[in-house]
Amino acid sequence: MLDAILQMDCLALAEAIRTRQVSSLEATSACLEAIDKYNQKIGAFLTVFQQQALDQARDVDRRIQAGDKVGPLAGVPIAVKDNICTTFGPTTCGSKILANFRSPCNATVVERLMRADAIIIGKTNMDEFAMGSTTENSAFGPTHNPWDLGRVAGGSSGGSAAAVAARMCFGALGSDTGGSIRQPAAFCGVVGLKPTYGRVSRFGLVAYGSSLDQIGPLARSVRDCALLLNVIGGHDPKDSTSVPPEIVPDEDLLARLDQPIDGLRIGLVKGATEGADLPIRQAIGRAVDTYRAMGAEVVELEIPALDYSVATYYIIATAEASSNLARYDGVHYGYRSPAARDCMEVYTRSRAEGLGKEVKRRIMLGTYALSSGYYDAYYLKALKVRNLIRQQIFAALGQCDSILMPVAPTTAFSLGQMAADPLKMYLADVYTIPANLAGIPAISIPVGLDGAGLPVGVQLLGPAFSEGRLLRIARILEKGAHWTCQVPAGLTV
Amino acid sequence: MKVQVVVGLEIHVQLSTQTKLFCGCPVRFAAPPNSLVCPVCLGLPGALPVLNKKAVDYAILAAMALNCQIASFTKWDRKGYYYPDLPKNYQISQYDLPLGKAGFIEVQGDDGGIKQVRIRRVHLEEDAGKNLHAGGAYSCVDLNRAGTPLLEIVTEPDITSAAQARALAVELQRIVRYLGVSEADMQKGHMRFEPNVNLRIETDGQAFRTPIVEIKNLNSFRALEASIRYEADRQVQEFLESGQVMTSGNKTTRGWDDVRQVTVLQRQKEEAEDYRYFPDPDLVPVVINTSWLDQIKALLPELPLRRQIRFVQQYGLSEYDAGVLTSDRSCADLFDKAVEAGGRPKRVCNLLTQVGLRVANERGCSVGDLGLSPVNLATLASMIEEGKVNATSGVRILEQMIATGQDPMTLARSMDLLQIADSSRLESIIDQVLSMQQKAVQEACSEGKKAQKAFNFLVGQVMQATKGQANPTVIAEMIRKRLGGA
Repeated sequence: MLDAILQMDCLALAEAIRTRQVSSLEATSACLEAIDKYNQKIGAFLTVFQQQALDQARDVDRRIQAGDKVGPLAGVPIAVKDNICTTFGPTTCGSKILANFRSPCNATVVERLMRADAIIIGKTNMDEFAMGSTTENSAFGPTHNPWDLGRVAGGSSGGSAAAVAARMCFGALGSDTGGSIRQPAAFCGVVGLKPTYGRVSRFGLVAYGSSLDQIGPLARSVRDCALLLNVIGGHDPKDSTSVPPEIVPDEDLLARLDQPIDGLRIGLVKGATEGADLPIRQAIGRAVDTYRAMGAEVVELEIPALDYSVATYYIIATAEASSNLARYDGVHYGYRSPAARDCMEVYTRSRAEGLGKEVKRRIMLGTYALSSGYYDAYYLKALKVRNLIRQQIFAALGQCDSILMPVAPTTAFSLGQMAADPLKMYLADVYTIPANLAGIPAISIPVGLDGAGLPVGVQLLGPAFSEGRLLRIARILEKGAHWTCQVPAGLTV
Repeated sequence: MKVQVVVGLEIHVQLSTQTKLFCGCPVRFAAPPNSLVCPVCLGLPGALPVLNKKAVDYAILAAMALNCQIASFTKWDRKGYYYPDLPKNYQISQYDLPLGKAGFIEVQGDDGGIKQVRIRRVHLEEDAGKNLHAGGAYSCVDLNRAGTPLLEIVTEPDITSAAQARALAVELQRIVRYLGVSEADMQKGHMRFEPNVNLRIETDGQAFRTPIVEIKNLNSFRALEASIRYEADRQVQEFLESGQVMTSGNKTTRGWDDVRQVTVLQRQKEEAEDYRYFPDPDLVPVVINTSWLDQIKALLPELPLRRQIRFVQQYGLSEYDAGVLTSDRSCADLFDKAVEAGGRPKRVCNLLTQVGLRVANERGCSVGDLGLSPVNLATLASMIEEGKVNATSGVRILEQMIATGQDPMTLARSMDLLQIADSSRLESIIDQVLSMQQKAVQEACSEGKKAQKAFNFLVGQVMQATKGQANPTVIAEMIRKRLGGA
């Protein structure tokens, strides 16, 4: 029975719970068991709300039994990345400097999950302040890939991706600044959606690169991403960059998910897959075949400005980060160095001891880019190039419904393999960064395994606020790939 | 040697919005430390700012009153520096696109005429909290003030004396109070000044400029004036000793020691901070369209200095009276309306300055809060003017008008203060008095020294008999006729 429960996706489980075929208590217990069994090895969760989750599950079961109306995620265990504020448990951002930080408020997405009666089962591991692509930059140890414990789960939402893959939860929230949802989703064989910038409230998301950050779902099916975005999306007056209701269509993303699309045009960026490994290129080829087979037209696109994506991203994101992270100074909250003897040392020592190497590297990069005398040459120029990239992507999306691209140049690599070469690591973000720079939605869909038995994902990008259509296009691929988020080989649940 | 002091002012004015600039926390003075805070103004992880539109309304109104060009597109920038009272370690401010620019403020010049001082820019920003150093090995931080809306106003260096700098500051206080955008209470730190001071020195046919000194954080008009005066003297001395002149890199920052009445060196330019300004990605730009501008423009009143001058020119009031009337906008408004309703300006002015402002002051409110209607005020002025009540009674009636809200005629009747205008009744009273005071009548009719004294005595007796409800001039005239005819 447990095995059967854990094979379900959120939507199936929610239905089963509502119709009392499965209880939330059973589902929650099953997840807690999986966590018990594997979290030690995988390191997906930083905090598990065992008692609270069980209490909530019992409460949902009782309400369903009583015939009360419940939310669309009633009783479904969901994990939340640890840079999303909760009033319960710490919100660490994977950093020593916030190891004991407790937020006085819930993020808007957490409020919405709770309103939908989801069970928040725990907070997931991540690269410190979402800076990284491996979840090795966590102050609390790395997350291991459930498909091969010697490999990385990807990052920065590696904990969320691994937790969904290893059946420790049914869905999870991550955050995506330059690929932090989509890349770990691909590495762990789950679906990951980065919504349009402004579609999901950032209130309560601890900022990394504010103009790029967006919260989104990681799940075991495309339809779960639709369900989760239904729940967490929509205008929030607490976030000034949250798009008002007259711009975001108030749509049920599940309603037309399985409807075919007539005259579908899939765009391929010329030369884009050249840097990717063979299994990735093959997966793209198979995806193209799938779309062609159902009558879609394949359009070749040129987006020359994409060459500057990585450079542009690492200036804008780090510049914003250098300012966003200035507040972690040991004065008001968070870690304060016990060795500090005066105000200046409270700053310098607390930050030196409390922040990790990659975070410091990015703060220094960003500080440099914003410094007087360098601003025009770096930050201002990056803003202009960002604009150019955005325009070229918008133009390309005028010629097709969706752009098909790799998520990453490789499948999951070994832990420690990239640690010595941050630049190579940065360059690997080449496929995911453009969607963040352009503010458009992008989804990572698992389409199979490579020769080493590691999941391979591909990415689809669509115009701003086209999630409804993008999910339908992704759904076609999901069906065609005949690969619905399997349990990682070697894990028994 | 000819020395001319040159001053530009940077002024921070706290806006009197109900809530802070980017969160819903109330703005209040002297609340218990850290009692008016939330995740946003504490800069907690995950918190996001949301603009208080009212603050922008106020800022636009102030910028309009300062004759600025209002930006149609403006945005928010982060100004980065580390300080314990700045919880995010950046301040949300406006850098290259200020809300207002290229304006001017009119100030009464040293010669009594109007002097224009150009305004370089006006922008909105959030205030920091306060560090409290109680002694000991630690300091405390109170963040109640953090996030309070501040208007920063920067003038061009058009000010040519310490007194003028003070006059500008006082005029600005009057303006922002007039607009209702700030209480501008100096005791509560609602206005803070940072003058930039240097000298233009002409000697031996050559002109020199001394290095610019910025004096930080002055919070009284007195300190503003005294510090500039001191700094001017100090720079003369320094120039005579060192001959140092202004270069692009030798601006210094000095503080004002209020006890010793001297400026003290704080920072050389080389140590100046790099604020690493960049647009705040958490906030959207502010687009100010014409309908928004029109809406605010409709709220723009006649400015106090212009009004003061008008009161002198149009109504013949003294400079002093016009100044007093215009110090409180509601008082000047009431004055204007009462005059419009037919009250003689000088009479209305006296009533307002002698009674209205005094009572408002006693109650700690403005004249507008006294509930006086312009028509009633005009009526009272006319009653005095027409001799229906005398001036002393007028004061008593106005006090009662404020206390009871009743109209002046009703009050004059019920208080029995109406003057006797009925001449036949007066005649009979005069008859009575004259017949009873034969001796005085004789003296008054005589050519002797006592005649005037006796005449005045008779007038006094009649006044007494009427309980003061007659016009003494009228009585004197009537008695004179009677005696002349006797």
